[in-house]
Amino acid sequence: MALPDDLRYSKEHEWVRVEGSRATIGITSFASDELGDIVFVELPDVGSSLGQFATFGVVESVKAVSDLFSPISGEVVEVNEALRESPELLNSDPFGDGWIAKVELADASEVDALMDADAYTVETA
Amino acid sequence: MSYSPHTAADRERMLAAIGVESVDDLFADIPTAVRASAWDVPPPLVEQEVRTELARLAGRNRIPEVSFLGAGVYRHLVPSVVGEVIGRPEFATAYTPYQPEVSQGTLQSIYEFQSLICELTQMEVATASHYDGATATAEAALMACRLTRRTRVAVSAGVNPDYRRVLETYCSGPGIEVVTLPIDVTDGGTGTTDPAAVEALGEVACLIAAQPNFYGQVEPMRDLADAAHAGGAQLVAVVEPTSLALLAAPGDDGADIVTAEGQPLGIPASFGGPYVGLMAARMASVRQMPGRLVGATRDVAGRKGYVLTLQAREQHIRREKAASNICTNQALMALAATAYLVAVGPAGLREVAELSTTQARHATAALEDAGLARRRFGGTYFAEVTLKVPDAARRHAALAERGIVAGYLPERHDPALRDTLLLAATELTTDDDIARLLDGLEATR
Amino acid sequence: MSVAEAPSSGRGSAFAGAVGGDELTIVEPLIFDRSRPDRRAVRFPSASAAALESAAVQPELPASVLRSRALRLPEVSELDMLRHFNRLAHLNHAIDIGFYPLGSCTMKYNPKVNEWAARLPGLAESHPLDPEDLSQGSLELMWLLAELLKEISGFPAISLQPAAGAHGELTGMLMTRAYHRANGEGEQRIKVLVPDSAHGTNPATATMVGYQTVTIPSNERGGIDLHALRAALGPDVAALMITNPSTLGIFEDQIGQVIAAVKDAGAIAYMDGANLNAILGRFRPGEAGFDIMHFNLHKTFSTPHGGGGPGAGPIGVSKRLEPFLPAPIPTLVTGDATEVRANAWAGRSTDGARFALDDDRPQSIGKVRSCHGNFGMFVRAYTYIRSNGDAGLRTISEDAVLAANYLRVQLHDTYDLPYDRLSKHEVVFSGRRQKREHGVTTLDIAKAILDHGIHPPTIYFPLIVEEALMVEPTETESLETLDHFVGVMRAVADLAASDPAALKRAPTTTPVGRLDEAAAARRPDLRHIFGGVDAPEAPPSAPTAEVPTT
Repeated sequence: MALPDDLRYSKEHEWVRVEGSRATIGITSFASDELGDIVFVELPDVGSSLGQFATFGVVESVKAVSDLFSPISGEVVEVNEALRESPELLNSDPFGDGWIAKVELADASEVDALMDADAYTVETA
Repeated sequence: MSYSPHTAADRERMLAAIGVESVDDLFADIPTAVRASAWDVPPPLVEQEVRTELARLAGRNRIPEVSFLGAGVYRHLVPSVVGEVIGRPEFATAYTPYQPEVSQGTLQSIYEFQSLICELTQMEVATASHYDGATATAEAALMACRLTRRTRVAVSAGVNPDYRRVLETYCSGPGIEVVTLPIDVTDGGTGTTDPAAVEALGEVACLIAAQPNFYGQVEPMRDLADAAHAGGAQLVAVVEPTSLALLAAPGDDGADIVTAEGQPLGIPASFGGPYVGLMAARMASVRQMPGRLVGATRDVAGRKGYVLTLQAREQHIRREKAASNICTNQALMALAATAYLVAVGPAGLREVAELSTTQARHATAALEDAGLARRRFGGTYFAEVTLKVPDAARRHAALAERGIVAGYLPERHDPALRDTLLLAATELTTDDDIARLLDGLEATR
Repeated sequence: MSVAEAPSSGRGSAFAGAVGGDELTIVEPLIFDRSRPDRRAVRFPSASAAALESAAVQPELPASVLRSRALRLPEVSELDMLRHFNRLAHLNHAIDIGFYPLGSCTMKYNPKVNEWAARLPGLAESHPLDPEDLSQGSLELMWLLAELLKEISGFPAISLQPAAGAHGELTGMLMTRAYHRANGEGEQRIKVLVPDSAHGTNPATATMVGYQTVTIPSNERGGIDLHALRAALGPDVAALMITNPSTLGIFEDQIGQVIAAVKDAGAIAYMDGANLNAILGRFRPGEAGFDIMHFNLHKTFSTPHGGGGPGAGPIGVSKRLEPFLPAPIPTLVTGDATEVRANAWAGRSTDGARFALDDDRPQSIGKVRSCHGNFGMFVRAYTYIRSNGDAGLRTISEDAVLAANYLRVQLHDTYDLPYDRLSKHEVVFSGRRQKREHGVTTLDIAKAILDHGIHPPTIYFPLIVEEALMVEPTETESLETLDHFVGVMRAVADLAASDPAALKRAPTTTPVGRLDEAAAARRPDLRHIFGGVDAPEAPPSAPTAEVPTT
């Protein structure tokens, strides 16, 4: 799967899309492929604070379990409620309908520490 | 005798294929410095000899002719058909259903077990089994701590003292404080837990209370649940499964987690085990539940089938972050409980509960009429009753010599309960048993 | 939707009736579906008139505490019930049906005389709280079993209380902490070292006791990396938990150095005894210097696995840990131990010998379960050990190791063998070549083995072996069975090369095909809903589970 160019990526296989002071975060197709059939996502609470590279949730597949690490810090303003009923969205559309949370950015410059699509492609090669 | 099928020729062929001279060569990787020295293990026995030895040991036990002993383990009828089911080698000699395609028998029976336990308790999800009622209760306390993110648990002194000891041991692991909520055990007291005392416990993850309690007394469970919930705590209800044919289901009483010893459901006393721990909870808590769960699904052709599910909670995937380390549980005993509940059905379980309560009342009334005992506590009781009996310890011992076990001596764990007996009745308790107990107590007056 | 019900009396016909395409089919209905109002199986007597009259004066159960709703247990006849469970039984694979080389689980023959013994009324009807005078046989049996376990393991003290291997681990780690606390080091020793090849129970147990797990890598020979171990050891380490022989089926030949290093660092040396069946009479962990080991009576001493328990996980401990053992402990209080043992080995009781439960143990960690342990398993294990005796126990390990090595050399050209060394009781192959060359996974291989009437090996465990296939033949399988298995494993490998798609379709001869585990976990259906739709309607997708199965 080609990686979207407009996202930034972390070593922990999360992505972030910055739009103004807000950012949307999710996991990459590489991560969801590695996990296999995802069966459950533990979402953060709206209003909670995320730290960059700190854990903010858990994703479970039939065969594995993995912590979610936030690529940026900020306050959660919205979570993807659809994932509660349909965690398989993380497999079918990780960069779209499978987004996990929207965050009010604490420090937009943190994005600079993340990889672009080309660098992430090299990282996961 | 050995169960090895190999002939000398077989062994030679295998050694030759491997390319070694002798079996000893296969152990060459054990360094000389740590090799075993001699041991004192007796020589082999053939079946006839080993049967004689086991019959000797069985004969050294004296199974009482009359017993009113319960205290957490109850002598009920084990229907013949239950023994037949769990004796099936396809159940007994299989292992954990890791390959569901060839384990549907075990998996479906566990799904039925989970369903039966949910119906009995009026809860939404039940686990595949725990070691026993005590460990299920201790695991429930740890689960409540995970759910509430609190590190203290409260337990009523009306909970089986063995369970409380196990709870203390389990909680000592992660450093969880256990506070005990006393019950009124004074002469003429309630013998139950006081809901008004719950608030003063402060912040706790859960209140653990038993219905009926260890002394047979019926607890005000609904009020205890309300009191626990008022402080943000969970109510862990420890129940006796046969009682649920008569007594309110813990789910209807507001329990958040239910645990029980499943032994009364078709499992012999067997000197303490194997039994089966039951645990049930609300669906919202399922991801913090310890132990195995079976779920229904479909196969590639659309056929209904069953699998181990929500396994990401468990040790083989989550390792150090698992909800518990439990792995092997008590599957065959859960099958016994399943077969029992199916064999007796709703009418049979009600007959068991009613006859047990009737015989407990008959025994109490008979002893009271004869001036041999009176109830220690007020309130009401299920099928076990705490009686005030002068000189109880001496008379208990004297009766044991006559093959009569006059229940349990509560002073074994609580000196405040000197001169009391805890008597249990079941459907196996006959009028004649009661008459013999009465005669025995009379003779030792 | 239409539900087709299979008129089944056995595995074959159960399957034959369940080959629906678009229709949903059910192999065996739930017992709830067989229920009819007022049908009965077991009945109970009525109370006598005298009892009812006498009971009437006692306080009744008030309406406020009574069950308010119907109890919807199934209502079936005894024959219907028996047929239901018998049909379910037909859907299982089991040792008594066929080969079951599930690595790490020791699926060997469970002798039937052990079952006979456990059902003796004098033992099965013995109440755990009966006065000790009435329970001398049960107590003697427990004491004798503990004596035998001491001899077998080389430990001076035993607790029979833990109910399973993981429960024995928990007991051992609680004792470890009690020991360090007694020495004033409880606060400082907070880490437990666990090799990367360990069972998941080891780190999970450490967490339950409040310890942090530190993973120690394996070396290229499959043993523990001694250098890394020494580097990790320090004043903050409480214990090392090590499985020996390891989950790779390899005896740790540096074990002397490992134990010495752990003890030099002031830590406890814990041996996971899951694989004791490989080394009976050859290596005694207590004698070699370990502090604690749990036994799995359901593995080494052949008590039936029961579809996932009951097991039993007694622990043996060194002298320095004995004070912390769970209480109570069956003890010989009157009589000479040597004489009582000698008499019992000769099948005699000892006049005047008396056994009691010692509960006066002030430093004990407490109780880890109710009563005294899974006594029924003690009866079976004692029977098994006495039947085998000295020579038989040695033969168990010799033949188990012989069989594993035989399979190793017969199959090492067919499947990769990442650690090609002398095996103990099991051998771990890898399906990585089949995956790389033909795109079939170890899961596919396992499912194809099912079609040959053999239970597959443990797969995807240990975690350090890619596409692991962990084979434990045990000592009770004949050479013909082993050769047949070799043929099956080669045939499956050939099929992987010639028709990988066929492997992906396997199994096709089992009562159900591959099950949708993802759907089961996404929308959990964990109980029968009365009067409701009792199945999720998710479309089946191809399961890709790679769950380690130990």
